[in-house]
Amino acid sequence: MLRQAISLVLAVSLFPAAPKLTKEHRALHAASRLTFGPTADTLASIQKLGVDKWVEQQLHPEKIAEDPALEVRLKRYASVGMSNAELMEKYPFRPGQGKGGAANVRLIYTELAETKLLRAVHSNRQLEELLADFWFNHFNVFFDKGMDRMLVTSYERDAIRPHVLGNFKDLLLATSKHPAMLFYLDNWRSVFADRLPRRNEKRAIGLNENYARELLELHTLGVDNSYTQQDVTEVARCFTGWSIADLREGAKFKFNPLLHDRKQKTVLGHTIPAGRGEEDGLQVLDILASHPATAKYISTKLAQRFVADMPSEELIGRMAAAFTKSHGDLRVIMRTMLTAPEFWSPAAYKAKMKMPFEMVASALRATGAEIDNSSAILQELKTLGQPLFRKVEPTGYYPFAEEWTNSASLLGRMNFGLQLSQNKVRGVRIDLDKALDGKTAPAEIAQALLLHQPGPETLKTLQNKSETSPAQIAGLVLGGPEFQRR
Amino acid sequence: MTSNTRRAFVRNAALTAFGVGSAPAWLTRTAYAGAKSRKVLVAIFQRGAMDGLSAVIPYGERRYAALRPTIAVPRETAIDLDGFFALHPALKPLKPFWDSKQLAAIHATGSPDPTRSHFDAQDFMESGTPGRKATRDGWLNRAIPPQPKPSPIRAISMGGTLSRSLRGANPAVAVNTIAGFKVRDDAQDDFMSMYAQSADPMLKGTGKDTFEAVKLLESINRNQVDSGITYPNSRLGQSLRQIATLIKADAGLEVAFADSLGWDTHAGQAPMLQNLLGDFANSLTAFHQDLGERMADVTVVSMSEFGRTAKENGNRGTDHGHANVMFALGGDVAGGKVYGKWPGLEAEQLYEGRDLAVTTDFRDVLASAVRHHAGTPDLVKIFPGHQAKPLHFFRPIQ
Repeated sequence: MLRQAISLVLAVSLFPAAPKLTKEHRALHAASRLTFGPTADTLASIQKLGVDKWVEQQLHPEKIAEDPALEVRLKRYASVGMSNAELMEKYPFRPGQGKGGAANVRLIYTELAETKLLRAVHSNRQLEELLADFWFNHFNVFFDKGMDRMLVTSYERDAIRPHVLGNFKDLLLATSKHPAMLFYLDNWRSVFADRLPRRNEKRAIGLNENYARELLELHTLGVDNSYTQQDVTEVARCFTGWSIADLREGAKFKFNPLLHDRKQKTVLGHTIPAGRGEEDGLQVLDILASHPATAKYISTKLAQRFVADMPSEELIGRMAAAFTKSHGDLRVIMRTMLTAPEFWSPAAYKAKMKMPFEMVASALRATGAEIDNSSAILQELKTLGQPLFRKVEPTGYYPFAEEWTNSASLLGRMNFGLQLSQNKVRGVRIDLDKALDGKTAPAEIAQALLLHQPGPETLKTLQNKSETSPAQIAGLVLGGPEFQRR
Repeated sequence: MTSNTRRAFVRNAALTAFGVGSAPAWLTRTAYAGAKSRKVLVAIFQRGAMDGLSAVIPYGERRYAALRPTIAVPRETAIDLDGFFALHPALKPLKPFWDSKQLAAIHATGSPDPTRSHFDAQDFMESGTPGRKATRDGWLNRAIPPQPKPSPIRAISMGGTLSRSLRGANPAVAVNTIAGFKVRDDAQDDFMSMYAQSADPMLKGTGKDTFEAVKLLESINRNQVDSGITYPNSRLGQSLRQIATLIKADAGLEVAFADSLGWDTHAGQAPMLQNLLGDFANSLTAFHQDLGERMADVTVVSMSEFGRTAKENGNRGTDHGHANVMFALGGDVAGGKVYGKWPGLEAEQLYEGRDLAVTTDFRDVLASAVRHHAGTPDLVKIFPGHQAKPLHFFRPIQ
């Protein structure tokens, strides 16, 4: 199958000349954009199914058989399946206390990040993995903020993953109520501003606007939309009492009516009546999830990650209409995007710069790498500027070429390519001969890794390198300019 | 236009102008023998919004303590500056520079744009065009003066990404560490060739800048002498340590950018600020000691996207506010003084009833530093749409 797929890609030239992508370009484009990196196997399945059916299949990950070896492997990571309570009991941690806590945190982080990496590299449900990455990033939570070290595991698993092709409103609600988000953006401590502190109450009390602001700006409406400071404050009042019970022993969502501001509020022109409780926040989420600005903002962000850094207004308009019509059905919105002429246009082909995680995962996929221990890879991602689960700001990482095209990042990519191809990344094994299907000529090596005809910059540089080892050639390809785009 | 679609490939036009294989005049550092007296401007961005009312405390204000019942810095621990303002105790290491008049503070500075979004406010401050999202390049890149023989490391951004402030038409490089800024395994020439021939203008241009900087930094690295100064092991401390190395190497550095992270103190801010301000002070102090006399040519200016609420919030923290304080440190700074018009903390004096009002546009502070740094540059080009009124916080040039 491998040989057959490689002979298939021999037909794919570097850039499509015609106003439409050829069948081969469409296959490679789908494999580049909707996976963590094309492989000969991916191209073979696309060829077998036809690209449209393959895309539709990726939109239904539940119908795709998972790689059995991956499933066995994932069972080894006990912490990623645990509830908050189990995790806290098994791996106790008190911020700022004790050395045992630090080792527990390291273990939790490593298991969380390593399973994400393994899925990105090996899962057959590649689009689902990309979306899990996209949506976690959209609703970003910083792993290293206090008790979030104990909460991000269940946040990613329970609040993000089940909804990535579900309904936006469900996803929004799940993030809103998850203790990881309540803690990260301080809402758990935001209480009715006018309530008098009780005499024995140590902690000062009052309103905290952090979550309310990011909910409007980053999670739903987008910063360009005309909500006011007053709206932020009113939304914060609606969410008073959305808190966490037993932060250190299980951490569950709890609505505390004593902390809730029961007075009337006005949010984006809607009256939130006085005298209610948890419903206030739920109503705000309803207003936001069905707001046209949200439809447009979410469509823009998806198109920026999957289509182009600057997607056209027409495409965003059609996606936003699909958002509104389907009441936020994310599968419908994705399908609208992935069947749009903009997605399949020659202008979109190889037009996206890989983010560091995409670059590293695609290099691991291209070389058929086996990951025994991820610590060197996780360190590499930190050096490249994208440590997993460790983006401090609620904005998440930006998917734009400008963000990642700089000296430090390029040098990091070149060095990583060389290290990987020479089997020098600790904890990672590659069988280069197998990955290259026995090819030794520089141009063929480039072709086997890029899955398309290498461009002149690669060919001209490599053509006189017949004395150079295939590993070094492969490193030059992985760190070279062509491999940085998808 | 959405907020993100403004990002465009600014450098494309500038980059295609470069040929490949031009004579590398900068290959030896001696090429910069005449660069010794060159001024260096170092910009520090305190991301997350520093609480300026805790950094330079208006403890002479009647309402200061009342607005902050649990987080006001106690009078007895504050370090008096002029009877009205005081430094946070964690900034104590900086007091000698205040006394020697090399450190100035500019209070109630900020943006005319009212946003309280970190994302927008940082973007506006770094582009230098508040309220205008279409600006593609950063103020610090525009501030780099034309130069007949520019060094490949004239503009350095510390960290894994190139800061927004330094993006633009002038070459600028992002450096994680000087020691690690190289290609392994003798692959440098091959990579250089591939990137030089790339059809992708962005990768081609960045590749060119990168390899030129690699060669120069390699020679600096070889000749590096350990100064024996201990910097904090923080992002800011380590960034300043490397910037000092580059300044001392006389390799043509003109502008540098460093980040300090984690200033978003919504809850429990007192211990957080103790650490953050302590790190800020210790990093700057080490930098000053490390540079010694070279500090005469260096100006450090600090900024943060906005200030924080005058009143503390419900969690012994503060929320997003408006005006803030900026610092300037350097041999030419006319220090020992708090600049700027103080707007007051009375209810009617606060911006939107909650935040310190802006009386000095942050661009006027930066414009002053730029003008001093680069002679008399075209300030309208650096801060388009703004009639800059540079503040005078430098000693007159002799």
